[in-house]
Amino acid sequence: MLGYAGRILFVDLAQKKSRTKNLKENFCTKYVGGNGFAIQLLHENTKPKIDPLGPENVLVFAVGPFAGTMVPTSGKYIVQAKSPLTNLMGESVSSGMWGQNLKRAGYDATVILGRAESPIYLFIDDETIQFREAKDLWGEDALQTGQLIQEQIGDENVSVASIGPAGEQLVKFANITNDTYRQAGRTGMGAVMGSKNLKAVAVRGSKKIEVHDLDRLMEVCGHLYKECQEKATEGYRTFGTPQSISVHNYLAALPTRNWQQATFELAENLSGEFLKSHYYVKTIACSGCPIACDHLSMVKGQPDEKVASVEFETIYALGTECGIGHFPVIMDAAILCDKLGIDTISAGVVVGWAMECYEKGLLSKNDTDGIELNFGNSEALLQIIRKIAYREGLGNLLAEGVKNASRKLGKGSEHFAMHNKGLELPGYDVRGLKACALGFMTSTRGGCHLRSSMYDFDAKGKVDRFRADKELGKIVKEREDLWSVMDSLILCKFIRSVFGTYDKFAELYTLVTGIETKPEDMQMAGERIYNLEKAYNVQEGWTKKDDYPPPRVMEDPIPDGAAKGSLVTQDEFETMLDAYYEARGWSKNGIPTRQKLLDLGLGDFAKGRGSP
Amino acid sequence: MERKFIVSNPEKCTGCRICELVCSAVKEKGFNPLLSRIRTVRINSLLNTSVACRLCKEPTCVKSCPRKALTRNDSDGVILVDESRCSGCCWCVEACEFGAMISLLDKKTVVACDLCNGNPKCVELCPKEALSLKTAEEVGQSLRREAVKKLLEENLESGRP
Repeated sequence: MLGYAGRILFVDLAQKKSRTKNLKENFCTKYVGGNGFAIQLLHENTKPKIDPLGPENVLVFAVGPFAGTMVPTSGKYIVQAKSPLTNLMGESVSSGMWGQNLKRAGYDATVILGRAESPIYLFIDDETIQFREAKDLWGEDALQTGQLIQEQIGDENVSVASIGPAGEQLVKFANITNDTYRQAGRTGMGAVMGSKNLKAVAVRGSKKIEVHDLDRLMEVCGHLYKECQEKATEGYRTFGTPQSISVHNYLAALPTRNWQQATFELAENLSGEFLKSHYYVKTIACSGCPIACDHLSMVKGQPDEKVASVEFETIYALGTECGIGHFPVIMDAAILCDKLGIDTISAGVVVGWAMECYEKGLLSKNDTDGIELNFGNSEALLQIIRKIAYREGLGNLLAEGVKNASRKLGKGSEHFAMHNKGLELPGYDVRGLKACALGFMTSTRGGCHLRSSMYDFDAKGKVDRFRADKELGKIVKEREDLWSVMDSLILCKFIRSVFGTYDKFAELYTLVTGIETKPEDMQMAGERIYNLEKAYNVQEGWTKKDDYPPPRVMEDPIPDGAAKGSLVTQDEFETMLDAYYEARGWSKNGIPTRQKLLDLGLGDFAKGRGSP
Repeated sequence: MERKFIVSNPEKCTGCRICELVCSAVKEKGFNPLLSRIRTVRINSLLNTSVACRLCKEPTCVKSCPRKALTRNDSDGVILVDESRCSGCCWCVEACEFGAMISLLDKKTVVACDLCNGNPKCVELCPKEALSLKTAEEVGQSLRREAVKKLLEENLESGRP
């Protein structure tokens, strides 16, 4: 069992005690690591129907068997808990150095239980677990917190995952920041940390990670590093993720002004090409990544010359979604979100929704404390983000996420609350990307582009993007299983065009761990992990209607551009969804059958939970 | 023959730290940046580069050693550590301006980059070709070329000959 650290760390915040548990080989092969470990540990350590912000929720951080080795893009971690935003399974993946430090400290996962009496931060220093006072850090921004803790400990090799004021205020889409520029952004994991009075988790690991066949692994990885410099990753290396702005605009898949349009008249000013020539300063990589997609931006000649890492999704959410086409404003808003500790996608979508409400007269100037919350109003965007983080005025409503906010406000605003299962949708107008539409909605964590990334099929013409074909059910199922393995090993999705097959995963897994593994084993693990996630959601009260798109997607056709007139009708969607459940071997209502769970070795779930 | 040492180009370096993993794999048969002879430095995200032993002509590490455990190899300039003499006091770590002397956690003695017998694996595997093994003359040559190229390009743009 090389590659793995071999232990799970359990930390009880109330008792200020910790213990470890050794990993068994069958646990490793069954659940792989990362996502698989975390969802299984979430099942094992929580009761059904708990309050996500109560002390009975747990926060699970996990890394994969490749973390800390030279396998390209493997230096990631996942964090899972019951989500306060969706009330279902929550999860988010991040990069940087934090995960590798956890592995080197000797742990494949850590389960954080209970609630501390007063604000603390945790310092995992190899075998020593310290519960440190964080009263002085409470209220600090997420980035500053990391630096202050590094200074306090006096070692820049210490990695810090921290929350900002939004996490403290239990904003339901508060995120976790680590190593300055990386975020576990989605599903409100920062709020769970805040609910535990846990300001940060600092990790320092000094142990060596050994692998089964070092010489062969070096050879294979050497080739992969070279392949990472070729055509397949060119866009990421040349422009970073903002390359997608022009593509989406061209396809009419760029949600604009809360999805009232699918093209943006100022898209050119936000394109990868434009940003590169006007704001680009430096390309950097996450630890262990040979691609390097992160294009840092700066507004040169300004007195403070702030540096920001702004990704495609952030440009969509804080830009086009809110009708803003001036990049320096998006930079400011992104920096503000990072400091306050809120997910830029959810923040942008909930603000976009509020802007539409304001323009339609569903929210008055009285409701907004005098802010003119029109699309395109830069100052309003920055003001409202701050109000969300501190739950002031209208911010208190928006801090609940767009699903809850629209339910509370009513007045027809649920029609254009752009979420699935409570998770705000990323920047792909799925009305003209029908494979993507299905993939976003079946996602176990809610509206998400990284649980199957089906736009690959739509945008590259592998399927007819306007056709709701039954075939898509099977394609989505297969992609979700494959992606579950990537999230368990854990690999960055951006390496998928260099290597993204079970063959390669199994080969690398065997080289690292020494456990003979076949591609079929990996495939089965992927399906098992996905079913485990689904079983959690079913336990928490998931029903078929949670897999449906928001009404706007099914009723308002795209009014502009290359996808003009397109929408996903309820009939079309149900055709795809039924085919998907069938491909999954689930019941017509989308619930894993007893037989399916038994086939996947999930007998415990077949007994009670999950069966129809 | 003039000595060669590992040079890192901060323009190309992305701070990925793969060189650290490669070095520890080659030298210590496992992955751990703390065991690496080459170290990546990132400051304010914008400044990224890796640093290894410069093989100084007058090495301060050698001068500093109270036990005369360090010597500079005549042929290639590599710093040799006599393990029987080295006590692990780490005075040399303080003496080196580049932080290139490394004290390993699990060993008594210090280590420095030994250029892997002239074929450093970190240089071979650097994904961005930011690392190279060069003589000081070669470093100067490429810098001069870059400088002249840039000046001439600027002149061409402004229409001057």
